[in-house]
Amino acid sequence: MNILMLGWELPPHNSGGLGVACYHMSKALALEGATIDFVVPYQARHETIDYMKIHHATKLSPLDRYGLNAYDHSSVEGISQSPHLRTMREVQREYTQYVEKMLETATPDVIHAHDWLTMEAGVRAKEITNKPLVVHVHATEYDRSGGVYGNPVVHEIEQHGLLLADRIIAVSEITKSIIVDKYNIPADKVEVVHNAFDPASMEDYEYDHKTYAYLEALKREGYTVVSVVTRLTLQKGLSQLLRAAARAIEKNDKLAFLIAGDGDQRDELIETSANLRISDKVFFTGFVRGREWRDAYSVSDVFVMSSISEPFGLAALEAAHHGNALIISKQSGVGEVLNNIFRYDYWDIDKLADQLVGIASSASLASALSEGVKQEYCKLSWSDVAKRCLSVFESKSGNLL
Amino acid sequence: MSKNRGVVLYLHVHQPWRVRSYSVFDTATNHDYYDESDYQSDHNNERIFHKVADKSYRPMNTLLKKLLDKHPDFKVSLSITGTFIEQAELWDPSVLDDFRALVDTGRVEIVSETYYHSLAFFYSRSEFENQVEIHRQKIKSLFGVETTAFRNTELAYNDELAQWADDYGFKTILAEGWDPVLGWRSPNYVYRPEGTNNIKLLLKNYKLSDDLAFRFSNQGWSEWPLKSETYTSWVNDGLGDGQVLNLFMDYETFGEHQWEDTGIFGFFESFVSQWLSSPYNTFYTVTEAAEVHQPTDVVSMPDTVTWADAERDLTAWLGNDMQQEALRHLYSLESDILRSNDLALIADWRNLQTSDHVYYMCTKWFSDGDVHAYFSPYDSPYDAFLYYMNAIRDVRWRLMEYHRTGGLYG
Repeated sequence: MNILMLGWELPPHNSGGLGVACYHMSKALALEGATIDFVVPYQARHETIDYMKIHHATKLSPLDRYGLNAYDHSSVEGISQSPHLRTMREVQREYTQYVEKMLETATPDVIHAHDWLTMEAGVRAKEITNKPLVVHVHATEYDRSGGVYGNPVVHEIEQHGLLLADRIIAVSEITKSIIVDKYNIPADKVEVVHNAFDPASMEDYEYDHKTYAYLEALKREGYTVVSVVTRLTLQKGLSQLLRAAARAIEKNDKLAFLIAGDGDQRDELIETSANLRISDKVFFTGFVRGREWRDAYSVSDVFVMSSISEPFGLAALEAAHHGNALIISKQSGVGEVLNNIFRYDYWDIDKLADQLVGIASSASLASALSEGVKQEYCKLSWSDVAKRCLSVFESKSGNLL
Repeated sequence: MSKNRGVVLYLHVHQPWRVRSYSVFDTATNHDYYDESDYQSDHNNERIFHKVADKSYRPMNTLLKKLLDKHPDFKVSLSITGTFIEQAELWDPSVLDDFRALVDTGRVEIVSETYYHSLAFFYSRSEFENQVEIHRQKIKSLFGVETTAFRNTELAYNDELAQWADDYGFKTILAEGWDPVLGWRSPNYVYRPEGTNNIKLLLKNYKLSDDLAFRFSNQGWSEWPLKSETYTSWVNDGLGDGQVLNLFMDYETFGEHQWEDTGIFGFFESFVSQWLSSPYNTFYTVTEAAEVHQPTDVVSMPDTVTWADAERDLTAWLGNDMQQEALRHLYSLESDILRSNDLALIADWRNLQTSDHVYYMCTKWFSDGDVHAYFSPYDSPYDAFLYYMNAIRDVRWRLMEYHRTGGLYG
C-alpha cells in the first residue's frame, strides 16, 4: 500500500508530541509493508529515518521551527524572513502546491493527513487523485485553546477537513467526542486509535544526578518531587495545578514541584506561585531538551498531567517509563489506556491535592502506582497502532497490500 | 546679611552585585551567583562598572575636584555603598583614588548607610546595625573619616529610624521632603525628627532635585532645554528666606542617567559658579547644614517614606508577592548564616540583600514602569525572581552541605 502521509514535523525537528507520534506510526506502518511518502514543510536532514521517503515542501530551515510550531499559532504571522513565506498560511499554501505537483507523477492508495496544518493539502490531494482521505486528529483547535472555540480560521479549516475526510482517526475517545460534539461529525466515521509508546526509543540513557542537584538534595530530606513536562499554556491546566499544590503543601510541606517547559503562561504561573506563597517549592526550568528533559522525568516521583483538554498525552507514558506514579486529569486521553493511575477533573483542586498528599505520605502507594503503570504502558505498541490504521485505510481503499 | 543661604548637594554612589542567569541547573552545583560569563550581558557586573566609570564616575569626579579647587565655598556630600567599593577595588581602584582626592579637600562629607544597600532595617535590626557598622569601618579605613550623618537605602525613612539614628549618635539624617507629610511646611528648613533629642533632619527638595535627576534630558518637558541661569533662579526663588535647599540624587545622574551629550556636566559647572556669584549664597555638607541651623519644627513620619515613584513608599521593592517572598526567604536564613562563620557564604547572603534585586522584580509598570524598565538588566521581573530564588536555594544548600544547619525548605 502506498501512503501519502502529510505531516508537519519529525524528530529531531519537532516541537512536541505530534512529530514523535508521526515518527513511530510511519515506522510501524513501514514495518507492516507500507510504502510511505512523508511531506514536511521545511528543509532538513532526518538522519535516523531510512524507512520512508521524506519530501520537503519549502526551503525554510528548521531554525524557523518555533515559528512553524504545530501547537501555537499565535505566531501564524511573521514566522520567517523569507519574503514569500511570512505567515503560517503562506507556508500551508506552498505546502499544498508542493503536494499538487507531487501528484502529477505519483498516485498513492490513501492520503493520511495529520491535524489542521495539512488538512487543506489532504483535501486537495483527494480532489486530484480521487483516493480516500484519512484525517488523523492528534489535537483540535478546541483542545489548544483550552476548551473554547479558538481561532475561527483554524476551526474552519478543521471543520472543512473533517467533513470531506472519508475516515477520521482520533487518538482518544475524548478527541472523538470533541469531533462528534463540537464539529458535528457522525460518530461512525470516527475510529479511535490510541497512541503507543516505544521503550526502545528511550534507551541509551543514564540518569545524571547532578542535573537537578537541589531537587536530589530535597529528596534526601524526604521530599517528594512532582513534575509536569509541558508547554506552559492555558490548555495544560497549570494554574489549577498550582492551586492544588498550595493546598497539598498545607498538609504535607515536603513537596516540590518541577515545572519543565516554557510558554506564554510562564510569567502568570510564576506570579501565581508567589501569590500562593509557594514560590520556594516550585522550580521553573524554562524550555528543556536532551539531558535536562530526560532527567526531569528521572528526578520526579509523581508526574501530573493536568490538562484541561488533552487529546492523548504521550509525556505521561514517558514519565511512567522513568518510574513515576501518574496523576492524570479526566480530560486527558492517555488515561483511557491506563488503570494504575489517579484520576481527577482538572478543576478539582481538592481532589488533586488529596492525591498528591496521599502519594507523598505513603511510599507503598507511590511504588504500587509506578510499578502498576509500568505493566500497562509496556503493552501499548506502535505495531498495533499501525495495524489498526491499515485496517481503517483498507476499509476505504480498494487497493490492498 | 551673612553668607548662609546654602545648597546641600548630596550624591549617592552605588552599584549592586547583579545576579547572573542563575538557573535551576546551577543550583547546588555552581555557587557563583554574580559572575556572569557573557561579558556583553546586561548583568555582567564588570562590564557595567567599567561603562559607568567611563561615563560618570571619572568625568564627574574630575568636575567635582575642579569645582572644589576653584570655589572655596563649594561642598558636596556622598554616600558610597560597600558593594560599589568592592567592585571598584576589584576592577578599577583609580576610581577610589579620585574619591579619596575629593575627601582629602576637607569639604566632602561621607554619609553613612548600610554597606549592602539593603532594606535590613525593615527585616532585622541586628543585621541592619551590623551593616551600618561594617560600612563605617570601611569608610574609615578607606578615607580616614568618621561619619556623622545617616541615610537609609532608597531614603526609606520613618520616625523609628530617626530615633535609632539619634540613639546611635548620628547628628543628621536624610529623608524625602514629601508634601503629604510636610503640609504647608517647606522642605528648605532644618527639622527635628519626632521623638528625638539631638539629631536633625534634612529633607530633599524633590522638585529641584528631580529637574536634574529625571527631567533634564526629557525633550517633552516644557522647560527643555534647561539653562543653568534658569535653574539658578529657580533654586534662588525656591530657597527664598529658607535655610537650606537640599538637592539629593543618584551620583550616576551625572553622565549615566543623563548622558554627557545632554550637556549635564557643563550645566552643573555653570550652576555652581552662578549660585556662588551671590555673596549671600554658599554650599553646605549635610552635617554642617544641621550644625549651622536650628530646627524650626518637629516632623513626624510614622509611615515609611522613600524617594521613589509617585507613591514615595516601598512598593517598588516590596509591592508584589514575588518581592515579599524573595526577602522573606532570604532573611529567614539570618541566624543560620551568621552562625556558620563562613565569610564567603555570609557575604553572598548579604549581597543578595541589596535592594536592587527586589526592585528588578517590580511589576507596577503602569505609572512608574518606564523608570524600572530602564534600570533592570533582566528580560522581565519574572526572570529576576527566578534567578534570585535559585540563588537563595543554593545558599541554603551550602548551609546544609558545609555546615549541617538549616533545611532546604523555606
